Amino acid sequence: MSSGPGADHRSIEVEEMADVEDRIRMVLGAHARLPRGVEELDDTADLYAAGMTSHASVNVMLGIEDEFDVEFPEHLLRKDTFESVAAIRAALEELLGG
Amino acid sequence: MAAAMRAPAPPAGLRYRAGIDVVAVEEVAASLAAFGDRYARRLFTAAERSDSRWPVAGPDAAESLAARFAAKEAVVKVLAPDGWAPSWTEIEVRRRPSGACELALSGGAASRATDVGVISWAVSLTHHGGVAAAVVLALCEARSWHDELGSGSGPQVDRGGGDG
Repeated sequence: MSSGPGADHRSIEVEEMADVEDRIRMVLGAHARLPRGVEELDDTADLYAAGMTSHASVNVMLGIEDEFDVEFPEHLLRKDTFESVAAIRAALEELLGG
Repeated sequence: MAAAMRAPAPPAGLRYRAGIDVVAVEEVAASLAAFGDRYARRLFTAAERSDSRWPVAGPDAAESLAARFAAKEAVVKVLAPDGWAPSWTEIEVRRRPSGACELALSGGAASRATDVGVISWAVSLTHHGGVAAAVVLALCEARSWHDELGSGSGPQVDRGGGDG
């Protein structure tokens, strides 16, 4: 149906977004110490309510920095920056200029 | 029959607030192993790292650092029932020559403490059996959170006894 350049661009964006989410979930799996698998949580699920401690959130922050080669500035070092997969993705989009 | 003992009441117009937290030493050791000095510098001031002998002591610094992180969390519990979060290095545990510890707040954490009427702090740290813990006690002006956090319509007196 719609197979123009615009559609291609959108499909690439969707693909990149899925890749970013996979990488965020991989970091969460390694560092968030959640009692159940991160794959069971949807994008907007509250990670603190799911069992992530403040200390674990620091590890998640450092893991995200390593995975995406970024450094979180002071204004993003807030509890709500790391409260869900969607929130982390939004912070990364801000950092990466997405 | 022994007479019942009552906890001493704070001076008139003041109240106590308490915070407590525990941290598994193994979690801090794992963080030091995974992220090294980046982790230590994000969470702990130069004085805290020095008092805990990081990086000289390597993984053996984990117990001391875990107790200090527990103290920071305990302070946050006193200052932030609404979910507000400071920069971790704005809450510092200082060790006196006697070995006793005290708290020093700076930046946003210090402003927050002033806003909620904290006059002075006391802190105690411990670690044993793989767990580090801290208790903090704040002596505060007896105002309600509703008023302190700027959502009240005027001066209010907190008549409750709980610390939330």
